[in-house]
Amino acid sequence: MSIALYRVDDRLIHGQVVVGWGKPLHADFIVLVDDRVRASPWEQELYRMGVPPGLDVEFASVAEARQGLERWEHDPRVGILLTGDVATIAALVNGGHVPRINLGGVHARDGRRERLRFIYLSDDEAETLRRLARSGVQVTAQDVPTARAVPLEEFL
Amino acid sequence: MSDTKGVIVSHAAVADALVLAVAAITGVEGALVAVSNDGCDNDALTRRLTAAVGAGPAVLFVDLPGGSCLTAAVRHARDRADLAVVTGVNLAMLLDFVFHRELPPAEAAQRAVQAGARAIRTPAA
Repeated sequence: MSIALYRVDDRLIHGQVVVGWGKPLHADFIVLVDDRVRASPWEQELYRMGVPPGLDVEFASVAEARQGLERWEHDPRVGILLTGDVATIAALVNGGHVPRINLGGVHARDGRRERLRFIYLSDDEAETLRRLARSGVQVTAQDVPTARAVPLEEFL
Repeated sequence: MSDTKGVIVSHAAVADALVLAVAAITGVEGALVAVSNDGCDNDALTRRLTAAVGAGPAVLFVDLPGGSCLTAAVRHARDRADLAVVTGVNLAMLLDFVFHRELPPAEAAQRAVQAGARAIRTPAA
């Protein structure tokens, strides 16, 4: 099946991902791509606490994820790939095959403004997403599976 | 030494509702503080939690045994011996907790876990 969801969510592994998406997708594994978490066994243990038995978690740096994308894409199991920000998913697009991006939660921060209730982006982040969309990546915003997937052009 | 504070960390308005319910049942006010993760990334939730906990001893009651509320609570309690974390918060454990706030956080947390667990049952019809 490969990666069923490429998600940007600054809360990383949390309820919406594990339950909201994981259950209906019948996900078998999560790949969390984050350099800071990858470097901290304590942070990894913290995120593992939120994952039920039977759902595997792999932590990867951006560099490792670029190498691992093809392997995860050909994994017979169902996977979710998570990043905490737009820059990280953009780095993966540039380094491999990411056909679509789900913006699931990018919250308010200095320099960002509201685009949707759960999506705040700086001008640079918005431009990065437009560039990815022009290159053929399907970009939508959708916090939970029961919500409508909002196409990029509707909020940028 | 000051009484142990209870800080409820939850999704949406669960924490607010629990604070109101405890006050309605016991009449005890000010023993519990609510923190919601609504609209927060991890950093924003940590700031919200830090403001709610303050400097004194506290038990952090988290709704789920995983996710953003738990990670924020455990991260905040990591370097503080005067904080304890309990997951799976329910009304029964909070009702017991507000009458035993003289206990240090670790003991208060253990007591709350037992009180909460005792409340989960399937009563005979």
